[in-house]
Amino acid sequence: MIGAMTEDSGQSGGRAGVRRPGDSIFRALTTGSGLAIVIAIGLIGIFLLIKAVPSLVADKANFLFSPDFITTDPTNLKFGIRDLFVVTVLSSLVALVIAMPIALGIALFLTHYAPARLSRPFAYIVDLLAAVPSIVFGLWGAQVLGPTLEPFETWLNKVFGWFPLFANGNIPLAGAGTIFTVGVVLAVMLLPIITSVTREVFRQTPVMQIEGALALGATKWEMLRTTVLPFGRSGYIAASMLGLGRALGETVAVLIILHASPKPSGFSLFDGGYTFASKIASAASEFSQPLPTGAYIAAGLVLFVLTFIVNAAARSVAGGKVHK
Amino acid sequence: MAKRIDVKDLNIFYGKFHAVDGVTLAVPPRSVTAFIGPSGCGKSTVLRSLNRMHEVTPGARVEGKVLLDGEDIYASSVDPVEVRRTIGMVFQRPNPFPTMSIRDNVVAGLKLAGVSNRKQLNEVAERSLRGANLWAEVKDRLDKPGGSLSGGQQQRLCIARAIAVQPDVLLMDEPCSALDPISTLAIEDLIGELKKDFTIVIVTHNMQQAARVSDQTAFFNLAGVGQPGKLVEIDDTEKIFSNPNQQATEDYISGRFG
Repeated sequence: MIGAMTEDSGQSGGRAGVRRPGDSIFRALTTGSGLAIVIAIGLIGIFLLIKAVPSLVADKANFLFSPDFITTDPTNLKFGIRDLFVVTVLSSLVALVIAMPIALGIALFLTHYAPARLSRPFAYIVDLLAAVPSIVFGLWGAQVLGPTLEPFETWLNKVFGWFPLFANGNIPLAGAGTIFTVGVVLAVMLLPIITSVTREVFRQTPVMQIEGALALGATKWEMLRTTVLPFGRSGYIAASMLGLGRALGETVAVLIILHASPKPSGFSLFDGGYTFASKIASAASEFSQPLPTGAYIAAGLVLFVLTFIVNAAARSVAGGKVHK
Repeated sequence: MAKRIDVKDLNIFYGKFHAVDGVTLAVPPRSVTAFIGPSGCGKSTVLRSLNRMHEVTPGARVEGKVLLDGEDIYASSVDPVEVRRTIGMVFQRPNPFPTMSIRDNVVAGLKLAGVSNRKQLNEVAERSLRGANLWAEVKDRLDKPGGSLSGGQQQRLCIARAIAVQPDVLLMDEPCSALDPISTLAIEDLIGELKKDFTIVIVTHNMQQAARVSDQTAFFNLAGVGQPGKLVEIDDTEKIFSNPNQQATEDYISGRFG
């Protein structure tokens, strides 16, 4: 008590060895919050492992390279993640290839071309895209976008079919329930994520840099190229990786749009099938016996690791960003 | 090369705010003109209007004329980008491009102008770095990033970058305000050498500096907050600092300001 009284008598600096209850409580609270998230992640990982291992042991197919996913007979499990992996990665990459340049354009437009009065409401509309539920994107993709894209995808397939990515898929193109269509829808969903982060990074370009370039006689585009783009590059890449992480895990929209296929994937963008997430969601209502359920959990574990790697990569790119 | 500047009845506005009122002055070629005055008096604004850099601020506009060897840089046919290629600028804080090497920083302006000949770029880099008294210090690390230099070296790098494009005029906006006394001295010596080739206009808060480096000095003042800045007088530096025509100038220089 005496210690507390002398402390209250004025200085806020604080001496070593003096403990104030307020500080201790707050410190414990914040440390606890920090630990909770780490523990939660750890527990999720452990849960996935514990549930998955027995099924992996019982698996009669090659888990990594088999295109089958047969879990109807618990005594004869045959499942692999080859196709899930291919469909997940392909659709996410298509999304990234489409979304990255558009997001870059929007971010540059908002920070350096749009009139100040227009910039704010426009940014708000882009952010609003993130608030649209993915089930709505799914409905739109399956009912509107797919049929609209069908002639274009047919044309791509006809003209560029010699290229493996545009070869004939394992489903009919009618309705275009393809990886390609899913990729386009995912791209729209990624736009607000990539745009908002990139926009903020671009906005932080030091004015001195910008003026330095302009004073040398740089045109607007040259100024952007010599100052804003190099300054914001790592932030833009990190934002895209975060978007990729989001695309890998998208479930409902993919489930609605992508047509199922009896045949294995041929690495074509016109394939159907399932991603990790949509496969698990499609079977979720039938989870009753532990071994077949564990097969899906094993697939979930792979998705967990995949997104973890992508996010870690995003962090390391962003971490390399030094404010010079 | 070095050209003269004539400013005629220049008024500068930011939106509705009248920042600078009726400035008329002449800057002869191959000389140093210093702008001094209290904060907010518009001296930096006038400087930035000499290469149209103030237009970077939204809503900025000018009335009046700025003539470069008789040609109005505000004529409707003139592209501000071209103006800035012939009238270089050095800023308050050193601002080398952080992602570029020392060499690339120096020749950045040339590259923008479309020069790509490797040999020519290297020659210009060396000549400009020598011109900025920096060559001896950096010649062994031209490929290191510009940000690896000290503050004073960075500022001389920026001067090298500005003179690499052989401008007609060099504008300096408080170029030593972020530097220590030794680096400041190096820059002041450099200004003395540069005026053999360039017309130089420098804004400074340091009156001793104005007295040391300039041939003529312009004193700016403002009547009060929210009032436009005005040019009080411009004359030979010696006269301004010994026997100015205006009482306001004498008060400011002798520290009896306010």
